[in-house]
Amino acid sequence: MISIKNVQASIEDKEILRGIDLEVNTGEVHAIMGPNGSGKSTLASILAGREDYEITSGSVEYFGEDLLKFDPEERAQKGIFLAFQYPVEIPGVSTTNFMKTAINKIRESRGEKALDAVNFLNLMKEKMKLVDIDQSLLSRSLNEGFSGGEKKRNEIFQMAMLEPKLAILDETDSGLDIDALKIVANGVNKLKSKNNATIVVTHYQRLLDYIAPDFVHVLYKGKIVKSGDKNLALELEEKGYDWIKEEVALV
Amino acid sequence: MSIEEQILEEFTSKEYEHGWSVDFEADETPLGINEDIIRFISAKKEEPEWLLRWRLEAFRLWQKMEEPKWANVSYPMIDFQAIKYYSAPKQEKKPNSLDEVDPELLKTFERLGISLQEQKRLTGVAIDAVIDSVSVATTFKDKLSELGIIFCSFSEAVQEHPELVRKYIGSVVPSNDNYYAALNSAVFSDGSFCYIPKGVRCPMELSTYFRINAANTGQFERTLIIADEGSYVSYLEGCTAPMRDENQLHAAVVEIYAAKNAEVKYSTVQNWYPGDKNGKGGIYNFVTKRGICVGDYAKISWTQVETGSAVTWKYPSCILKGDHSVGEFYSVAVTNNHQQADTGTKMLHIGKNTRSRIVSKGISAGKSQNSYRGQVEVMKRAENARNFSQCDSLLMGSLCGAHTFPYIDIKNKTAQVEHEATTSKVGEDQIFYCQQRGIDEENAVALIVNGFAKEVMNKLPMEFAVEAQKLLALTLEGSVG
Repeated sequence: MISIKNVQASIEDKEILRGIDLEVNTGEVHAIMGPNGSGKSTLASILAGREDYEITSGSVEYFGEDLLKFDPEERAQKGIFLAFQYPVEIPGVSTTNFMKTAINKIRESRGEKALDAVNFLNLMKEKMKLVDIDQSLLSRSLNEGFSGGEKKRNEIFQMAMLEPKLAILDETDSGLDIDALKIVANGVNKLKSKNNATIVVTHYQRLLDYIAPDFVHVLYKGKIVKSGDKNLALELEEKGYDWIKEEVALV
Repeated sequence: MSIEEQILEEFTSKEYEHGWSVDFEADETPLGINEDIIRFISAKKEEPEWLLRWRLEAFRLWQKMEEPKWANVSYPMIDFQAIKYYSAPKQEKKPNSLDEVDPELLKTFERLGISLQEQKRLTGVAIDAVIDSVSVATTFKDKLSELGIIFCSFSEAVQEHPELVRKYIGSVVPSNDNYYAALNSAVFSDGSFCYIPKGVRCPMELSTYFRINAANTGQFERTLIIADEGSYVSYLEGCTAPMRDENQLHAAVVEIYAAKNAEVKYSTVQNWYPGDKNGKGGIYNFVTKRGICVGDYAKISWTQVETGSAVTWKYPSCILKGDHSVGEFYSVAVTNNHQQADTGTKMLHIGKNTRSRIVSKGISAGKSQNSYRGQVEVMKRAENARNFSQCDSLLMGSLCGAHTFPYIDIKNKTAQVEHEATTSKVGEDQIFYCQQRGIDEENAVALIVNGFAKEVMNKLPMEFAVEAQKLLALTLEGSVG
């Protein structure tokens, strides 16, 4: 599905990613872990098309196309979804309204007709149930005055609505208590299918107790320094990141 | 289809939509202003002697007055002798019904999306259409008159209801009120007149549509709305003009008189030509709008969406004279490119337990300057007066300006006055968030801006809300990135 090759990126001349290689296929869940400042969120942002970063070399192929040449909205229309670490507030625009605009823009880009009110509402109801979110939250201004948990749950709700091919969860677990974490993870699991893929970016292992990854990668100083299965995550939980740092230092 | 989608769909045209003009044969005065011009206008309209005298008096006052300079706008000196004060599309004779109106005129309004053919009209809106200096048609007149409602052009009101015009003209905005009100009083050519009798709830929206068509012509219309005891009316005003390289002057006066228990809701969607990207051309919009709640429990509510004009200078105000009377002002003012707007309101609390509410949303983009100027004044005997004001500014880009000038003058200790203000920027984060959900940048801005202005947009009657939302988006077209 997506093939990331030797991607290097910097912001204001500061090198952040120093050659990332990653291959994700449909049906897979990849976890990207690493200490603070290792470049995890940068990787997520680059895939979504944030312009703050300069990609100095490398390539990203997505379903055979050069992903990097597309605008962020085109990437979204092609099925890439980023659950934000810090979801943005948009006063006066309800989640419902926001989703309606988004869905119809995406449909338009695919040459499909806009959803009528009835079909849209039915879709909303179905997805609300799936991620256990309340109607009243969706009528409020997007993310305005939401608690941390509500914001993250709202992100997962949007993900459910947009049915992405590749979902990237950027530190979705940060700031969540255990109940909220379960709800979010539960939503992600329900959305998983053999036709889509998920990249979970996280600092801690605990989210991976609920979302079982097929692969775990450790990002450190802008490079993937170790890959493995979910046992790697457990090892990290147990030992912390220091042993990885030492290993890298030795090389 | 939802309103949002419609806006999004129509968000593609790049230029000012209403920038065309039509060549009518026009009946007009030469350039410039003097007493003869005023006599000509008055004679043209077959006005009674008292009205001519009233005009001439206003003209003499105006000559002694100076153009106000306190607004936060700058523009070259206006040469009042280079303006035509009267221009009317030539019609053979006065039309008695729509069938007799020049088809070119009807077509003009159809191009604006306004059909004057009653059977084709949206139900629920009666329209008075004004081109340049005259009213060309008023719809639904007969239906309204069954209820005793008078809705007609100002000129017609002068002929048919001189006693009402004479009693109320200048009663809310006296001709010596300010420079442009005085000028308007001297040369006003037409406008709308509306009278709602006691206890009548007007069953449809009344609307005036103003269009400047002729070149070098000023538009000076006058609207007078009288709501008798216990009556209700909702009134809409829309305006457009052709794109012309020179600036054109629009100096209108609107007077609203609300008796005991009467309620008047006045909504404006102002879309005068704003000038081009470099600030060339556009309308100077210097307007005096004021309402008075004469009786107890009267209510006047102004809602305005200001997107057009090169320079705007406008403060729809309420005089809250009756006890328990209520004044409201809801405004969205958008400026882009080189537009300048100095707009706001005045709430004058005279009666006891009077309340006022001000919600102003200013959106600035390009190199524009957007100022809110508001005055809340509580007089000595206005026990328990309350005011709440909220002024929010939204900035797009770093070359524009937003300014707030609130004046508060309290002479009664029991008054409660609150003022809140915020300034924010359309953030890159917000735009990126929308983009990540598949919404492109232009649509993201439209969404964010409409969200910002929502509280005010919700106050507009349905018929106008869609048009207004589209306008917001169009005005800001190309203002990011």
